[in-house]
This record gives sequence, structure tokens and C-alpha cells, in this order.
Amino acid sequence: MKKINVGKKILSENEKYAFENILFLAEQKKLCLNMISSPGSGKTTILTRTISELKNKIKIGVIEGDIQTDIDAERIRATEAPVVQINTNGACHLSAAQISAALKKLPVEDLNLIFIENVGNLVCPSAFELGENGKIVVLSVAEGDDKPAKYPAIFAKSKVLLVNKIDLLSGGQVDFDIERVKVDARRLNKGIEIFPISAKTGEGMADWYDWLIKSVEKK
Amino acid sequence: MHETMVAQSLLAAISDEAAKHNAKPIGAKISCGKLWAINDEALCFAFEAIAKGTPCEGVKLDIEHKPIRGQCKKCDQSFEVELGNPLARPGCSKCGSDDFELLPDGPLILEEIELQTD
Ligand SMILES: Nc1nc2c(ncn2[C@@H]2O[C@H](COP(=O)(O)OP(=O)(O)OP(=O)(O)O)[C@@H](O)[C@H]2O)c(=O)[nH]1
Ligand SMILES: [Mg+2]
Ligand SMILES: [Zn+2]
Repeated sequence: MKKINVGKKILSENEKYAFENILFLAEQKKLCLNMISSPGSGKTTILTRTISELKNKIKIGVIEGDIQTDIDAERIRATEAPVVQINTNGACHLSAAQISAALKKLPVEDLNLIFIENVGNLVCPSAFELGENGKIVVLSVAEGDDKPAKYPAIFAKSKVLLVNKIDLLSGGQVDFDIERVKVDARRLNKGIEIFPISAKTGEGMADWYDWLIKSVEKK
Repeated sequence: MHETMVAQSLLAAISDEAAKHNAKPIGAKISCGKLWAINDEALCFAFEAIAKGTPCEGVKLDIEHKPIRGQCKKCDQSFEVELGNPLARPGCSKCGSDDFELLPDGPLILEEIELQTD
């Protein structure tokens, strides 16, 4: 038996494509945000509301990742925003190669902002850079306030945390300590922006919109 | 199961290295940062499945998870950050400040391969 020292960084296929996407987005001066959460936290609802309410301010396009269906893409299409559907056929995350192909199908020149809705999963998508400018993690209150502590990777890597479905807190049906979430998330990621919102009632969405508009302007 | 994708890149890299030495690989040591969220069992399972019938069949993987590091904004010290322990309050190992930036996660590295000699 012989041991050989290799010490070589493995540039995975994914990283090569991610790098291409970074260059493309920089060239085009477009903002691209990758939305990650557990299934059902409200990503699509947040997107449709954001698109409609910012219609006169920023032009948004969407890349919809889904394991099998095009239900979410249909919901986006109803807002009249351009959307490209990616079916991962069972895979639990989107890959940079899929994003590269989807970007070619979007009318990128006409857009200010491209959202990627990743497959509903709090773990796997966080390990795959897509070449985006930032990750947005969504946590809905019914999932529990221990999620940043239990799934630290995605909270450590995200620019923004949207705490969604806060309308459920007022009735007291859900025990959720939002201060605990803020403390745990900031412990992992000092600079993370945290916006408590309800995509259903619209509460808190204004601060999220301000952040989006500012981020688009910086591009 | 994002481990499948990692297993594919790994298989290609190990095959390349072993081919350079004209030998059959029997083991490989790899390392990656903790934020890769790689489950050892899932990676080994995926690797075994795709290595069947290739020269990498039977290769044993030894996976090292590199800790996440932070850099203090006050005194510049770089230190290990423990994530996922709600009781631990990460802070600078030198001055104790909790104003720090997480450093980029360790890349996926093929550290070493073992070749059959006979
Ligand atoms: N009460 C309440 N319900 C919400 C809110 N936002 C979304 N929902 C509901 O939560 C459910 C899931 O919402 P989606 O927008 O489909 O969630 P998603 O994250 O896109 O789901 P997947 O794509 O399947 O992972 C739907 O029934 C929404 O109506 C909210 O702010 N408050
Ligand atoms: Mg959705
Ligand atoms: Zn310090």
C-alpha cells in the first residue's frame, strides 16, 4: 500500500457554473437572491405579494425550483412576472448549472431583480452556491423558534432572515419567541437583516421592500 | 442527498490521481468545511453506488470536517466557532468580543489517496 499526498481543491462542477453565474450577473448589473426554507414556510406567497406591490418600482423575474410540479411557477405567472421553471426530478436542491440555463431563458435585460425559489429544504440547498448575490432564509413561526440553533448553516450564510406568518402569533395559537430567534441568528451571523412579516396580511413587508429597493439601487 | 453530487466530483478526482500513478486506489482522505453539511454515511453510500464497476470500486473514504472559523473585528484574532450548540456563545478566543465575521467555509479537498502496491 502506498499513500500519496494530493492536497488538491476539488472544484466541483457546481462551483464552475456558480462562478460563471457570478460573472454574468456582475456584467449585467443584476441582483439575484436565492430563497431557502423548509417546505411551506411561505416563499411563493412572499414572492407573489412582493412582485405585485413593487410592480411600479422594480422589475422582478423568478426562477422556480420544484421537485416535480409547476404549481408555484403558475402562481408567479399569474402576477405577470417572467418565470422559468426548473424541475429537479427528486433532487433536494438547485444546482448552479440549472441556474445558468434558466438565466438564459429569462429576459434579464428588462429586469432589476431575479429571485430564485429553491426547493423546500433547510439543509441541502445551503451547501450549493448558485452564483447568487445573497441568500434569503425564510422561517415561519409554526416551525418553532429553535431552528437557527438546530440548522445553523443556512442562518450563518444568509443576508436576510424573513420570519413569516407573524399573523399567527397574535391569537396565541403558536408559541414562538421571536427574540430568541433574533439572538440565535445574530450569534451565527452578526450582520443578518431580520424582518418579521406576514405575507398574508402584509404586516412588516414595507421594511423588506425598502431593503430590496436599496439593494437593487446599489447594483 | 446533495452528497451524490459531491460523490461524483470526488470519484472523478480520485480516478484522475490514481491514473497518474497507474495504480488502483483503495482509500482516500478528504476534508471539507462544516457548512458543506455532509453526512458521512450518505456520502459513503452515494460513493459506493456510483463507484461500482469503476476502478474506484471498494475505495474507503475518510472524511474530515474542518471547523468553522471567525475573525474578530476588534483584535483581528482568528478562532474556531462552534455552531449548532445553543448554549455556546461564540466569541473571540483572545478578547471575548462577539463582534466577528465568519470566515469562508473550508473547500472540499482531496487530501490523500492510498494505492494498491503488490
Ligand atoms: N397565516 C399565514 N399563512 C401563510 C403566510 N404565508 C404563506 N402562508 C400559507 O402557507 C402555505 C404555504 O405557502 P407557500 O407560499 O406555498 O410556501 P412555500 O414556501 O412556497 O412552499 P414550498 O414551495 O412547497 O416549499 C399556504 O397555505 C399559504 O397560504 C402568512 O404570512 N400567514
Ligand atoms: Mg413555493
Ligand atoms: Zn478579539
